[in-house]
Amino acid sequence: MAERDLSRRRLLGAGALLGAAPLGAAAEVVSGGVRWRPDEAAFPAAADEAKSYTFFSRAEAGFIEAAVARMIPADELGGGAIEAGVPSFLDRQLAGEFGQGTRWYMQGPWAKGLPTQGWQSRMTPAQMYRAAIASIDKDTNHSFNAAFAKLEGPNQDAYLKRLENGGVSLETVDSEAFFTLFLQNVIEGFFCDPIHGGNRGMIGWKLIGFPGARYDKRDWVLAYGKPYDLPPVSIGGRPGWLAQKD
Amino acid sequence: MAQTLPKVDVVVIGFGWTGAIIAQELTDAGLNVLALERGIWRDTATDFSTTFAQDELRYRFRMELFQRPAHDTCTVRNDVSQTALPMRELGSFLPGSGVGGAGVHWNGQTWRYLPSDLTAKSHNIARYGKAALPPDMTIQDYGVTYAELEPYYDKFEYLCGISGQAGNIGGAIQPGGDPFEGPRTRGYPNPPLDMPWAPTLFGQAASSLGYHPFPQPAANMSRPYVNPLGVQLGPCTYCGFCEKFGCGNYSKSSAQTTILPVLLAKPNFTLKTSCEVLKINLAADGKTATGVTYIDAAGREYFQAADMVILAAYITHNVRLLLVSGIGKPYDPASGQGVIGKNYAYQIDSSVNVFYEDKILNPFVGAGALGMMISDFNGDNFDHSGLGFIGGGYIGVLQTGARPIETHPTPDGTPKWGGAWKKALAKNYLRTATVATQGAVMSYRGNYLDLDPTYRDAYGQPLLRMTFDFKDNEHKMSDYVTARAAEIAKAMGGREISVKARTGSWSVVPYQSTHNTGGAIMGTNPRESALNKYLQSWDVANLFVMGATAFPQQSGYNPTGTLAALAYLSAQAITTQYLKATGKPLVQA
Repeated sequence: MAERDLSRRRLLGAGALLGAAPLGAAAEVVSGGVRWRPDEAAFPAAADEAKSYTFFSRAEAGFIEAAVARMIPADELGGGAIEAGVPSFLDRQLAGEFGQGTRWYMQGPWAKGLPTQGWQSRMTPAQMYRAAIASIDKDTNHSFNAAFAKLEGPNQDAYLKRLENGGVSLETVDSEAFFTLFLQNVIEGFFCDPIHGGNRGMIGWKLIGFPGARYDKRDWVLAYGKPYDLPPVSIGGRPGWLAQKD
Repeated sequence: MAQTLPKVDVVVIGFGWTGAIIAQELTDAGLNVLALERGIWRDTATDFSTTFAQDELRYRFRMELFQRPAHDTCTVRNDVSQTALPMRELGSFLPGSGVGGAGVHWNGQTWRYLPSDLTAKSHNIARYGKAALPPDMTIQDYGVTYAELEPYYDKFEYLCGISGQAGNIGGAIQPGGDPFEGPRTRGYPNPPLDMPWAPTLFGQAASSLGYHPFPQPAANMSRPYVNPLGVQLGPCTYCGFCEKFGCGNYSKSSAQTTILPVLLAKPNFTLKTSCEVLKINLAADGKTATGVTYIDAAGREYFQAADMVILAAYITHNVRLLLVSGIGKPYDPASGQGVIGKNYAYQIDSSVNVFYEDKILNPFVGAGALGMMISDFNGDNFDHSGLGFIGGGYIGVLQTGARPIETHPTPDGTPKWGGAWKKALAKNYLRTATVATQGAVMSYRGNYLDLDPTYRDAYGQPLLRMTFDFKDNEHKMSDYVTARAAEIAKAMGGREISVKARTGSWSVVPYQSTHNTGGAIMGTNPRESALNKYLQSWDVANLFVMGATAFPQQSGYNPTGTLAALAYLSAQAITTQYLKATGKPLVQA
């Protein structure tokens, strides 16, 4: 594991955070042919499956768990965002490079900009989640005398709808910008490869019939109308490959 | 102070498709070539393995293969009245970073432009009169004809092993191909890919309406292939992870899978990665490049002397390097004078979803260029009289993999989340076909590139500023083509359709296409263009600029086939003409 942690991918992230190596990886001379470099292979970093949150506070987790349960609910079709592990997926994403906006251009000057100019907040995604959740709970405490997580389901839906439409005026955050980011991340957590901590049991893929990381689908190209009958598979494997536990 | 490195014959800036092509050709001619790539080394076995390449979150949404805005981005605005602001995260387009460039994560849709695309100005004026062009439209002819380019299209298609069905061989129309294409000397090296159900339904519907469907020419292999360099590609397995991903199967043509095994073995070629060129250095006369200044990952600065400089980065970087190096006259939209930054263009797209009640389409069976298309409404393949626009676009069903974070087809009126969304997605995901259109964008006086006055990159150099919007001509054209797409979609016999037209101003937010063009265009004279027909700078004779940077406007087809053909044309001119009289213009101004 130590070797993997020291891969150039990790260094790339660390370098960018420190601002030390603008190009992110050591310069190198490549000549004399293409060589396989197994020690540098770009294996993905799997999410830590431990249960506790590393980014969200208890109050923040309360909002996240309540909101995602409304956004992708469990129903007769199967589990929803909670069962897929979306809250811990979000937690890991916000604690990592994505949450820090490592790849983003985050230099000023700052201006509100037009919708056609995209993200112009000086907040990173992690900062925006933190500020938005605090503002939302403050707002619902003021209007309904309760944190969002304590509202009735239909009231939560109505509030999320207002966030989506920019109908809530939050103290520090544009509610529409936050909701757009939040919804995108919830969908990522529901449909990503399970190695990232979401889509547990591949329930998102099973819901719609997506086979996951399978790479050879030649037998189905001309099989018009034939349902795909192999179970989905993750980059990390699938339950059928694991030793049975008594 | 920069350390000076021993002179090389040729230094290539950027190592994607065109950098690899030009390096391969010029090393064959015996020149010593050094390529400088600002990104990292990547190869199939190490970086795109099938044990982890199919990771939608990592590659599409965490953008691992793409340019990092933190390092370099551009600022964007729709017109000069707005203040340009940085593209802080990628959206509308996704430039590549690293060896292979955007050619690593492309779909493989490999087109030739129509003969009339290359003469867009003279052709449209001849057919429709000068009044057909709005006063602020600044389209030009390429200065090179389809007939001149044909051998180089052919060369690229055989390098790649394109899978397709020819439509016109030497003037003879071929059944099942695109009857509108320019004449080709021979057919594609490989037969078309096997066609799944949804594109097949599109082809049947298009035929029933009298159109001419054909398989999308694909850089995805329909069978094992050995290219003319002796490099071997494997058959595509339709895994559905082409677009925005590297191919783990050696089945999608890229610099890695077609050129690098040969090029990197040559003693007269060297590649340096994580080395970013900051400027092209000029001699005191301002007419000769002496080499380039670059910085490595440790922050050390070098001057690399060279007899010839090939600028082969993505178009935004090409134009910015020309501007910061003081090469050519910057374009001024107020006067219309100047050439660097002029005629920036793009593409305009739309889509129509067809929802079936009972057809299981398995949309995850895919490849980047797997589909059935029609060219009946592209370019000037249809009579534009009375339509109020010029140009056109393709219409087709491309089945590229329907990866689920990105693809959730639901009928009109479905909410974007909640139980109703979940049910609608579960019902429709396997039963939806998407008819896509991709249309031309003409060039205009007010659409251009220059240096931003405010924002800087990681090295303190100005960012490129992009001033761009869709104009009336493009909206009218796209609406017309979208309406034809909707007619075909209806004829496909589903339960219902949903039309997603492109409305309003260009936005940097939603992904559209990485088909940015122009900014240092080719043409017939230095007053109107930055480059001659051989991609040689009019101002600096030992500088050649590759890529879609040279396109005077963008057609309705994907650009890779044409920019690769132009690179081969340029290489041929360099090796057969320029080397006999180095430092001299190949075309007299």
